[in-house]
Amino acid sequence: MNEPITVSDYHAYPDAHGRFADFGGVYMPETLMPPLEELTAAYLAMREDPAFLAEFERDLKYYVGRPSPIYHAERLSQKIGGAQILLKREDLNHTGAHKINNTIGQALVARRMGKRRIIAETGAGQHGVATATVCARFGLDCIVYMGAVDIERQKINVYRMKLLGAEVVPVTSGSKTLKDALNEAMRDWVTNVADTFYIIGTVAGPHPYPMMVRDFNAVVGREARAQMLEQFGRLPDVLTACVGGGSNAIGLFHAFLNDRDVAIVGAEAAGDGIDTGRHAASLAAGRKGVLHGNRTYVICDDHGQITETHSISAGLDYPGVGPEHAFLKDSGRARYEGVTDDEALAAFHELARTEGILAALESSHAVAQAMKLARELPKDKLILCNLSGRGDKDVHTIAAREGISL
Amino acid sequence: MSAVDAVPVSSDATIQRIDARFAALRASGRKGLIPFVTAGDPLPEATVAIMHALVEGGADLIELGVPYSDPVADGPVIQHASERAIARGVGIEAILAAVRTFRERDAHTPVVLMGYLNPIEIYGYPRFAAEAVAAGVDGVLVVDVPVEESDTLAPLTDAGLRQVFLVAPTTTDARLAAIRARARGFVYYVSFAGITGADRLDVSAVGTRVAHIQQGGSIPVAVGFGVRDAATAVAVAAAADAVVIGSALVAHLADAPDADTAARRARDFLAPIRSALDGVRTP
Repeated sequence: MNEPITVSDYHAYPDAHGRFADFGGVYMPETLMPPLEELTAAYLAMREDPAFLAEFERDLKYYVGRPSPIYHAERLSQKIGGAQILLKREDLNHTGAHKINNTIGQALVARRMGKRRIIAETGAGQHGVATATVCARFGLDCIVYMGAVDIERQKINVYRMKLLGAEVVPVTSGSKTLKDALNEAMRDWVTNVADTFYIIGTVAGPHPYPMMVRDFNAVVGREARAQMLEQFGRLPDVLTACVGGGSNAIGLFHAFLNDRDVAIVGAEAAGDGIDTGRHAASLAAGRKGVLHGNRTYVICDDHGQITETHSISAGLDYPGVGPEHAFLKDSGRARYEGVTDDEALAAFHELARTEGILAALESSHAVAQAMKLARELPKDKLILCNLSGRGDKDVHTIAAREGISL
Repeated sequence: MSAVDAVPVSSDATIQRIDARFAALRASGRKGLIPFVTAGDPLPEATVAIMHALVEGGADLIELGVPYSDPVADGPVIQHASERAIARGVGIEAILAAVRTFRERDAHTPVVLMGYLNPIEIYGYPRFAAEAVAAGVDGVLVVDVPVEESDTLAPLTDAGLRQVFLVAPTTTDARLAAIRARARGFVYYVSFAGITGADRLDVSAVGTRVAHIQQGGSIPVAVGFGVRDAATAVAVAAAADAVVIGSALVAHLADAPDADTAARRARDFLAPIRSALDGVRTP
């Protein structure tokens, strides 16, 4: 299992079984295997269907507002005094994050499969909002599972989902956070399998989800690669993005995976610091295991029990990570580093003051990583950072953390 | 020494225990009764006593649940039992110790460990296989290992443990054929699409499906999910080789204050179901 993986074409993954070398797969109860087979077959046909792809691209352009620009953060780069930081502005999408790329895609798949009842899990509420949004757009029923703890700390997003017509179901099992919301959504799916489509929000879960969610977000990297060549005449030297489940990161990275000269660095949530044990850095500090249908890196104890994670950013607060990231780590194509709560907050403020952009706390981890990399590299190097979401949703969290009552 | 001699004795005993039990049931025309309890619940020290009490109450095979933090196929009763056991530090080591102790007084009742993959993955497959066989475990039912991923458990099956597969109402004929080709011991038919403990049992649908599963070969079929008492057990048993009863039993033990009470409740819960099942005979 620990043999280094030699890869000739990173775009050849996953294989027909949904495996990224040792990672991925379909570790699910039998009841859900036939619907997963059905979904895989349906999706493999759709991804080759020009009519489906045209429908998807039309919505990305006219509903989401793509393409999102690449913005050269000159004042921030100047202040650091090293490499140039470029931001892929996914925060400018409709609903304020990359999440909508995936929910549009999956809602189109659901509609073509004749499933009219949509379920989803959410942590911070961003995926829940993006799902509720597309369900309203396509006239589908929407039920969002959300941990009771997260409902308490993300009240505005809960209300946004309700405004969009979704039902938000509080989850009181386990740690009452994202992983438990995912468990509860799976339980709903296993119970209502005939008419229900599960829109998973990240590149985790059983095959075909890690592949399908990646494909829908890969528009980020495809656009960015073309924009780099057009605006800068060359590819970036380094890519960076935050990694919770890893959908925005794989979305940016995927188009560049075979460009071996482009370095790739993922920023995981180190919370209070990896050595404190209060973090969510599955790749940097976890171990190989199986969670939510795939083999990947997980955070668990010696009994194999998944343990609670910590991050100031609810969107990164997940004890697993997409299997393709596990594969990129083990193959050496990407490296993953921890960014603490404090580092992410400092980056949030720096970006706000120098560039006039409020980044999501999740994305602030990527900005912090980009700032670290910029300090180490000369001025002519280009760092492309995925600014995956905007920070309006986090204003209350940041104020509370700094002892300010609004 | 021949290759046959090299097979560990416990491996032979494993093959004998599950297969021998179903062979005996078929020979006598009796229906099998399979209770499920979560290991370590309601108290870690109660597990061995509960297992013996279940046998006294008429169990033909025991399914021992391995607690897991994220049991996606389980309803609230088994979720909470798992949470209680985990909070008391119950893991695979303690569960294997319980089976070892159980075997000191019971050499014949098959024991199947039922749970999810990550605890076994973290324990290590070769280590789990060797220690489980040595402890007297006969099989495993790993809920999140479908037939596609069953090679994951090859070290366990190579060591002589039976991998019990689930069959669901959604299972297609192509999948059923693949499962049958790999199934040993028995298959576990999930009576409805849903989670354990839900109230969705449709007896006539179960009968049709189980008959369909049995057409393809001689593998015994146990039916679980939604069996809660003597009446539902009898209704399901008409079609099946055995019935599994889990959530209702786990709920009945949940607030037992000590091992003796838990054991007594387990026996008293199972005995009337046993009597009722003995009224159902395979023609």
